[in-house]
Amino acid sequence: MAKKLPSTDVVVVGLGWAGSIIANELADTGLNVIGFERGPWRDTATDFNLASATDELRYNRRQELMLRTKQNTCTMRNKESETALPMRVWGSFHPGNGTGGAGNHWAGITFRFQPTEFRLHSYLTERYGKELPAELTLQDWGTTWEEMEPHYDAFERLAGVSGKAGNLNGTIVEGGNPFEGARSKEYPNPPTAQTYAPTLFAEAAKNLGYKPFPVPSALASRAYTNQLGVTMGPCTFCGFCTNYGCGNYSKASAIVNVLPALIRKPNFTAKTNSEVLKVTMDSTGTRATGIIYVDSSGQEWEQPAEIVVVAAFIFENVRLMLLSGVGEPYNPITNTGTTGRNYAYQTANSVKMFFNDKNFNPYIGGGAIGMGIDEFNNDNFDHSGLGFVGGGSTRVTPIGAAPIDSRPTPPGTPAWGAKWKKATVDNYLSTMSIGCEASSYSTRNNYLSLDPNYKDPHGRPLLRITFDFPENDLKMAQYVTNKVVEIAKTMNPREMVPAPRKGPWANTSYQSSHIVGGFIMGADPKNSSVNKHLQVWGVPNLFVVGSSAFPQNPGYNPTGTVGALAFKAADAIKRLYLQRPGEMISV
Amino acid sequence: MKTLLSLSAMALLGLTVQAAHAGTGADSYNLVEKGRYLAVVGDCTACHTVPGKAPFSGGVAIETPFGKLVGANITPDPDTGLGHWTFDDFQKVMSEGHSKGGKRLYGAMPFTAYTKVRKEDNLALWAYLQTIEPVNNPVETNQLPFPFNVRTSLIGWNMLNFTPGEFTPNAEKTPQWNRGAYLVEGLGHCGTCHTPKNLIGGDKNDQFLAGSNLQGWIAPDITANAHSGIGQWSNEEIVEYLKTGANRFDIASGPMAEAVENSTQHWTDEDLMAVAVYLKDGQPAAAAPQPVAADTPAMVAGKAIYADRCSACHVPNGEGVKNLFPKLAAAPLVNSTDPTSLIRVVLAGSRAGGTEAAPTGPAMPSFAWNLSDDNIADVLTYVRNTWGNAAPAVSVGEVSDLRGDLHP
Repeated sequence: MAKKLPSTDVVVVGLGWAGSIIANELADTGLNVIGFERGPWRDTATDFNLASATDELRYNRRQELMLRTKQNTCTMRNKESETALPMRVWGSFHPGNGTGGAGNHWAGITFRFQPTEFRLHSYLTERYGKELPAELTLQDWGTTWEEMEPHYDAFERLAGVSGKAGNLNGTIVEGGNPFEGARSKEYPNPPTAQTYAPTLFAEAAKNLGYKPFPVPSALASRAYTNQLGVTMGPCTFCGFCTNYGCGNYSKASAIVNVLPALIRKPNFTAKTNSEVLKVTMDSTGTRATGIIYVDSSGQEWEQPAEIVVVAAFIFENVRLMLLSGVGEPYNPITNTGTTGRNYAYQTANSVKMFFNDKNFNPYIGGGAIGMGIDEFNNDNFDHSGLGFVGGGSTRVTPIGAAPIDSRPTPPGTPAWGAKWKKATVDNYLSTMSIGCEASSYSTRNNYLSLDPNYKDPHGRPLLRITFDFPENDLKMAQYVTNKVVEIAKTMNPREMVPAPRKGPWANTSYQSSHIVGGFIMGADPKNSSVNKHLQVWGVPNLFVVGSSAFPQNPGYNPTGTVGALAFKAADAIKRLYLQRPGEMISV
Repeated sequence: MKTLLSLSAMALLGLTVQAAHAGTGADSYNLVEKGRYLAVVGDCTACHTVPGKAPFSGGVAIETPFGKLVGANITPDPDTGLGHWTFDDFQKVMSEGHSKGGKRLYGAMPFTAYTKVRKEDNLALWAYLQTIEPVNNPVETNQLPFPFNVRTSLIGWNMLNFTPGEFTPNAEKTPQWNRGAYLVEGLGHCGTCHTPKNLIGGDKNDQFLAGSNLQGWIAPDITANAHSGIGQWSNEEIVEYLKTGANRFDIASGPMAEAVENSTQHWTDEDLMAVAVYLKDGQPAAAAPQPVAADTPAMVAGKAIYADRCSACHVPNGEGVKNLFPKLAAAPLVNSTDPTSLIRVVLAGSRAGGTEAAPTGPAMPSFAWNLSDDNIADVLTYVRNTWGNAAPAVSVGEVSDLRGDLHP
């Protein structure tokens, strides 16, 4: 039986990027805010000590920053007719744990989505009409670029993003991404320096008439102090970046950029190692009354609150809603319900290139240090007659070739022994890869639900993922990979290995942690769960924030948009909800 | 009987406070507020509040070269605090180092500095202390071993080391300078850490603020000496350091981080500027010593170790990153004759204090597990003799001695 605690103004579930941003914004208004985090408190100075942070065995092989699957995992299947099985090790993606969440081990690539993304269904219907593949359930976001732009800007300033504007107030700027939406301000920091492989790629792309630009990076190019007064150090290109915490305060994260300022505020409390079990609702189901959480001793507590903000990783956002009975669970057979609907992923493609005469010094790098082009992304090219929509961000971002996992050997090399060792030595310095992080479009059959068979240690059903790559996305993957091969050829490698994404979806190797949907935003409560303020339809004091709100995933990394949505929700609560608590939009 | 005693103490107190207000007609708000500020300036909490425990309820252990002393409970609790004290008892502590009943206090209670505090300020401090929540917390303050625990030894100590008397302004200086002097020499008790000590723990007053070794740290030279002191810091940079814990030269860590967090960040800008004006005045710039030659084996090895292990944060030219990674070039601590603090942070690591203005609280990791005593001596010799720095080479013996003491 849960013991009841005194009520507070706001509870925030999850202290990653989204939860920390909202908690900080609301604490600034004077509200009493309690943040709940199922994992430990993480802090750069103690957890990512520079003398031990660069430990590949610990952080990459043994995944120290990831959620333990014994605490919570997902079950997976490709289609409705299969019985889902639990993921006992993480493979396809990496859910994080502890304060900072997955925003500790991310790569730092911080794109904005394009203006057309926020009305994707309308836009593609206008352009392609009946040609649009019938299997897709694309939707508009119920918001606009103009409404999103200030919040993208706020997140870029918070995270100290380094980059080069390509479209400043409608004027195309040389050297930036010409396909981006009109931005009101330049990036807060100039682009980082580039290593050899991205430089070579950018030259090749430019020679083919493309417009290469520095990948927008939350790894600081210089010392930077953000609007909360927190300082980042310049990135050293140490090469221990994706899957690691940053010891230099260079990779933006909630623990570097937000929590040091937030935790000093007397009206904010963080409760760590405290797993939220459910959102409690009043008898009418139209008001959240607080949350139930369990501490590390197994004691359950009820924390009543006036406002409940759920800002965990996408899987837990959706599962908490299903467990709390918020919204009708989605049913793909009847095509009814909204909770669990429009689940999508990311379609990761690559072309690996082996050279004889190059030295890329691949151990130098960072998760977001690189050059990219956007000619084959989303709808930046004409899809008429191609039989698919969507595309990907093409780029070279060498994250750092650490000694255990970086064994770039050409096809035909034995997996062990003297020949393998020799091939490693021959190829380690002279191999590079072009990636294409491509869109993942939602369909009727891809969705999230509670698993009927498997439970977590608290006896609650695990989340079940039903997903496979849609035909549309597999065609797109082949197309964009062919385009990347054309660029790669002009760079004259000795050998190339194109790897377009193929089905079926599996958990055997890492693809991407860019998982979206399941509690999506929109303009209509019939096919969306939250309105454009991230406010749950019909439960006005409950907000669910994160990539769970994306109706589909474009060919970009999601974190910039997760951060912008967090600022957007906080802004709506401050500006509208606190003035007049209730539905901010009525339909 | 107990009740009676308490009543009489209260009555006395009432009289005293009233006396302090005679003629003003004001209530005690202004006086208490002033006292609260002065208690912050004096950093009373450093020794009298255990973090997380009730304010001023005592119990903080202070390690001295002679043994352990513990900060007293100074809440108005009648049994374990100052509940039976009068203002005159308190004034005697501050001005003479005599506790209630004439018991002599040890120098860890910095009465050698507090003697300079004006009586009117002590009245404010006392008024504030009366408003603190009384907490019953018995504290055994004297935990020194024999013979140091015998307080009669303090008679001789006081004769040698203590000059009682309120601060007297220097008529040739500005009011701002005099305010700075009053704060630094008096309630701020900067010399308690920063002035070298004689064999029995008294201040060497001819070397006021010239740097001192305590608790395995160096409290660096904070005189206007341009090489080993803060002569290169502008007044504004001194204020910034005390306000935020960091400026372009340095970030507070160790005991100074606590001093900034608990005390100096809360001082008024006017008081901090007065401190800067006073500290920067009058000291002749000493001629810098010759640096160790760059081609000695230690310097060559140290340069390579620095590039590998240090330059990612402190950057290749030793300039560091403001608010995160201390500047090593032209830093008083680095140029100090005594390398104790430097050896200590490399062996044991150190965490800077977080403040409102620079909240991160970055840390230097321990390198004890993967740098040998030779490595550490070499890299510190290099750091102390590059980018304009000049200081004696660090010996392997100095590193191994501190390693033995610290067990990092």
